[in-house]
Amino acid sequence: MEKKLYTISVFTENQVGLLNRISIIFTRRGLNLESVSSSASSVHGIHKMNFTCTSDRETIEKVIKQIERCIDVLRAYFYTDDEIVYQEVALYKVPTQKLLDEKDFERIIRVHNARILELTREYTILEKTGHESETQALYELLAKYGILQFIRSGRICITKSPTEHFTHYLTEQELRRQQIEKN
Amino acid sequence: MSERITGSEAICRALVAEDVTTIFGYPGGQIMPFYDKLFDFSDRLNHILTRHEQGAVHAAQGYARASGKVGVVTVTSGPAATNIITGVADANVDCTPLVVITGQVAVNSLGTDAFQETDVMGITQPITKWAYQVRRPEEIPWAVARAFYIASTGRPGPVVLDITRDAQVGTLDWDYKKINYIRSYNPAPELLPGDVLAAASLLNRAESPMIIAGHGVMLSNAEEDLIALAEKADIPVASTLLGLSSIPSDHPLNKGMVGMHGNIGPNINTNRADVILAVGLRFDDRVTGVVKNYAPQAKIIHIDIDCAEFNKNVKAHTTIHADAGKALKALLPLVNKSKHTEWLATFDKPEEVERTEVMKRELEPDDIAPDGAMRMGEVVRKISEASGNKGILVTDVGQNQMMAARYFKYTLPKSVLTSGGLGTMGFCLPAAVGAKIACPGREVFAFMGDGGFQMTMQELGTMLAYNIGVKVIILNNDFLGNVRQWQAMFYNNRFSATPMINPDFVTIANAYGFPAERVATRAELPAAIERMMAHEGTYLLDVNIDPEDMVFPMVVPGAAVDDILINTTTKYEG
Repeated sequence: MEKKLYTISVFTENQVGLLNRISIIFTRRGLNLESVSSSASSVHGIHKMNFTCTSDRETIEKVIKQIERCIDVLRAYFYTDDEIVYQEVALYKVPTQKLLDEKDFERIIRVHNARILELTREYTILEKTGHESETQALYELLAKYGILQFIRSGRICITKSPTEHFTHYLTEQELRRQQIEKN
Repeated sequence: MSERITGSEAICRALVAEDVTTIFGYPGGQIMPFYDKLFDFSDRLNHILTRHEQGAVHAAQGYARASGKVGVVTVTSGPAATNIITGVADANVDCTPLVVITGQVAVNSLGTDAFQETDVMGITQPITKWAYQVRRPEEIPWAVARAFYIASTGRPGPVVLDITRDAQVGTLDWDYKKINYIRSYNPAPELLPGDVLAAASLLNRAESPMIIAGHGVMLSNAEEDLIALAEKADIPVASTLLGLSSIPSDHPLNKGMVGMHGNIGPNINTNRADVILAVGLRFDDRVTGVVKNYAPQAKIIHIDIDCAEFNKNVKAHTTIHADAGKALKALLPLVNKSKHTEWLATFDKPEEVERTEVMKRELEPDDIAPDGAMRMGEVVRKISEASGNKGILVTDVGQNQMMAARYFKYTLPKSVLTSGGLGTMGFCLPAAVGAKIACPGREVFAFMGDGGFQMTMQELGTMLAYNIGVKVIILNNDFLGNVRQWQAMFYNNRFSATPMINPDFVTIANAYGFPAERVATRAELPAAIERMMAHEGTYLLDVNIDPEDMVFPMVVPGAAVDDILINTTTKYEG
């Protein structure tokens, strides 16, 4: 089966320990999580976790069902790159003197659309937002100046789908609740 | 005005509110506030003090599976919490509803490696349906109500509540509401008419259909629905190990058990059937053999309450996501009354071969003199018959389990308690304790090997203390028999670490005050069984089993389910 990078979005209740419960579903199958991010979603009180993982579609489908089986997981979805708009943020700390000595520096900043967040005599902190390939390209250019520190965030994404499946799910559950209450 | 009570009292009241009458457990430091309050509830909550925490969980499993109620366990933190792990993992894979309460150190000691602190959440999350740490007393009513709802509904399973000392000793305003809705969890999915129609249409067009009944049939009390459907459409029924007793042994449509040591007929015909209706099973590898050669001709209809099981191991042609009973009830009116005489007749030949080549050797061995050691099958069958085939069978794991499952007979549902998915040695004796407490009116037979008995034989103490009458049968070959069988068949007779030097089991039973006897020869067996059956209460038989006895038929490991050995060298040909 063809392996590719999948982005998995999981909507959950705000409960302690859920990230662990979800991540062990991947580790049991020996799947390496390439990135993890978690934040509030557009719905009050509901969290959204994003994972990226390289695997085949069939395995990812099984993982999704096992994630959805967890109590307090509301819904899990998986996407290929063409179905989502996604970004990552990278921060680079480089020695200031080395940058000043380099005639190309201004061009690098401009071409890569990077931002300077902090500048001191000793170091400069740059920020770049983009796809992994883009933040990686900048990393490789800066590497020659000696990168003191580097970090890249997990992938965050928003779907291109015109339908908001998760909102529909919540509506369905609310109807189910009313039905149970009535009985 | 609501009442102000301690967290410990709230736990007791919540258990009463959830109709709990029996608790299995073991006290210790961090659960003492609860145990102190339990003293006041002893008229409503009957606490069974087992001799080991593992025994408490297995007893609760036996209780839950025999009664259909939630099994409740209370233990302390640290080593007690780690001792429950085997039973919790077993309950998780065998879908047994449990609520396990562990005590935990005070909140300000969490994470500090305090005395008897273990990371119960971290350890139990992978093996529970839900695990929650209660840090504040006010959370107790909600957490207990949620635990019972989650454990008992949908696909049942174990829930662990890790209750800190602070939550037990602190106070709260008592207000208890049962839970019947969780937004993220729908245990009663709506039946989709299209799925039912698709399944019925497949069954109606089938020429060689087969039903495989899994544990889900009994979990949803759908035994009668299963039989009604099978009879109406004239479809042979096979069971998984955990599905045994969902249809009586002597029902003409019952074709036995599928799987590694199942019957030849259903295993062979799995690969000949054109439609398989799989009800509440998860296509374990012990059932399917090598998956890519499993049921190649069959369109599989998979009924399960847990949609994560669909296409997990075996691809289904169509699925019904529902409780087994609900699905079978919906199917019944849509399925045509039918006859499959020719197809049913194809079970005759493998049955005949199994009877003459396999079962006869076990049941009426003519190659062993009356003064020789016995075969497991004959012992199991004679005891089953002595109970009028109405007993509850509890097995351990290994040859004793397979032989008991194969040769015990069932007339009543929920008559088999065995550790299927996890294969836990030591399960039998404590599970039998729980089963007997759940069903005091039924005779409980605990079949185990000499190895498994010694893993949890301390529970004889529980049986003594609470006067629990179980018929204990040790199928004793002085070997870890199942491993020995594999060593004999696949490892050149190199019996690495399988011979057992055993104590005198009769003396051990006697030390607990239980009558017991060593049955050395076949000639002694009938009278020994008679004495055991005549005795009210626990009785132990230490039965001398031929160490060469092996379980057959056997689906060749790593092969398809129709590749079957009927002895060490001969394959079934049909």
